[in-house]
Amino acid sequence: MEKIISRHFDQENSHRLESYLKDSGYEGARKALTEMTPEQVVEEVKKSNLRGLGGAGFATGTKWSFIKQTYKPKYLVINGDEGEPGTFKDKYILEQDPHAFIEGVIITCYAFGSHKAYVYIRGEYLKSIERLQAAIDEAYKNKFLGKEIMGTPFHLDVVVHQGAGAYICGEETALLESLEGKKGFPRLKPPFPAVSGLFGCPTVINNVETVTCVAPIILKGSDWFSKLGSTKNGGNRLFCVSGHVNKPGVYELPNGTTLRSIIYEHAGGIRGGRTLKAVIPGGISAPILTPDQIDVKMDFDSLKAIGSMAGSGGIIVMDDTTCMVWAAMIASRFYAHESCGQCSPCREGSGWVYRNIKRIYHGEGQTHDLTHLPGIINNIGGNTICAFGDAVTMSIGSYVSKFRSEFEIHIKEKKCELCMKKQGIVESYAKINH
Amino acid sequence: MEVIIFTEDFLLELYKIASRYEDRKAALLPVLHYVQEKEGMISLEAEKDIGEFLDIPVVHVHDVVSFYHLFHQTKKGKCHFSVCQTTSCALLGGEDIIEHLQKRLNIKPGETTPDGKFSLTLVECLGACEIAPMMQCNKEYKGLLNKKKIDELIDQNR
Repeated sequence: MEKIISRHFDQENSHRLESYLKDSGYEGARKALTEMTPEQVVEEVKKSNLRGLGGAGFATGTKWSFIKQTYKPKYLVINGDEGEPGTFKDKYILEQDPHAFIEGVIITCYAFGSHKAYVYIRGEYLKSIERLQAAIDEAYKNKFLGKEIMGTPFHLDVVVHQGAGAYICGEETALLESLEGKKGFPRLKPPFPAVSGLFGCPTVINNVETVTCVAPIILKGSDWFSKLGSTKNGGNRLFCVSGHVNKPGVYELPNGTTLRSIIYEHAGGIRGGRTLKAVIPGGISAPILTPDQIDVKMDFDSLKAIGSMAGSGGIIVMDDTTCMVWAAMIASRFYAHESCGQCSPCREGSGWVYRNIKRIYHGEGQTHDLTHLPGIINNIGGNTICAFGDAVTMSIGSYVSKFRSEFEIHIKEKKCELCMKKQGIVESYAKINH
Repeated sequence: MEVIIFTEDFLLELYKIASRYEDRKAALLPVLHYVQEKEGMISLEAEKDIGEFLDIPVVHVHDVVSFYHLFHQTKKGKCHFSVCQTTSCALLGGEDIIEHLQKRLNIKPGETTPDGKFSLTLVECLGACEIAPMMQCNKEYKGLLNKKKIDELIDQNR
């Protein structure tokens, strides 16, 4: 299978310009800047069926075409605030092939007439920041960035912005707020960023992986790219597999590969030959799937059709030793910890859900805890400014609805067989509380 | 503590950072990162100076400092363990790693050892699930952790 995004990952010094130039590096940008008009670039990307790989899956070319000509500056903001649990693909791109990413940034900016790009990278990815900054410096020195790029009149500046550890800043409008030096509170939409984004100017926000796909599309054509994936979802994507598998890691595969094949063929199957119990297909916010659902094709539309989502491509696999009440507790703790606190339903609800599940897990739950749980969960989503609230509802809701019997056992028996090995913890908790 | 923000070199660096942004206020996060890197924390005095430098009310600076997990207002130990407690790490024994660290260091999450050598923080997913269970040790990611590796790390930094 032909690799696009990860084609250089195994090469020595793949992060250096010298190495990148050996494999037609920056030729895509040269082609766009010298042979194509911006409109042609947008058209080509539209035809390729490239969709946003950060999680929402919005058609990339269409997003660019929302930018209208104004007297205001236009910005490209790259979302590299990879915080969705189970996702670690952007880190690989930025560390292993930063020039492929920068080339994508050049073409993207050219396509909608931007001369300034900000790359927001999560604060903990220090190596990614270092590698990208070094690559940007190399690109400036060699006329791939700055003034008169590759001898054309096009000019572009790229600034790397380090985040500071807030999951919510992965939400695009929270990211803009953060970039402007504020708390990461998501904004109400409309106005959409295409109209009023960074510093009140028209802004396109794209994910690192999405932009990295752009140069190959320009170089090899949209037909080639769209044929790689499934209908309406062209190309490959990086799937991040973690949890109870034999070979966790990043796998580049065409959109539409089945989840079964990713788990059993590519990631080497379940550790110790155990059986699969549950799998999260697209980052922790994607509703959890049961083993009878893993023949699903991994693309945005197919996963949506079975009530989950392709999200960020982070696949978390759980085998039959996993207590699902415990897994729900870990996930709800994450949401309680990361809710930004702007909207009451999310701020209060996420903590409430966590405390409720925690009680049930530790054998302190009453029947009414479980009766109330779906009501609390369902009153968060749809009542908040951003999609974080929806994520709590969809994700935690799926644990409760699909594994309800385990919650019931935990309330009745105060523990479950799977938690027996954690019994020590349960007992000590009981001692503290009584 | 002594604030060094107004020394000439320091200011020069801050100006350099601020010049990358169309709006000076947008430089707040990188300036905070820089100050924390140099001083080991963001003190209340530093907040005032930063506010003055970027023309931002100090209450707003404090708001931002307290919002983001990576900024801290007390000094951390020389060796700062930020251990992931989210799903992928937890599935592969993250809880045992956290328990072992607490026992070995004799501190609870959020605390620093009295000798100022170690700090322990529990964090959410750090985006390195392929090497779970993992943690960040100062600037570096340490993955595929087990008790032995942790003992070695502690012994190296004693």
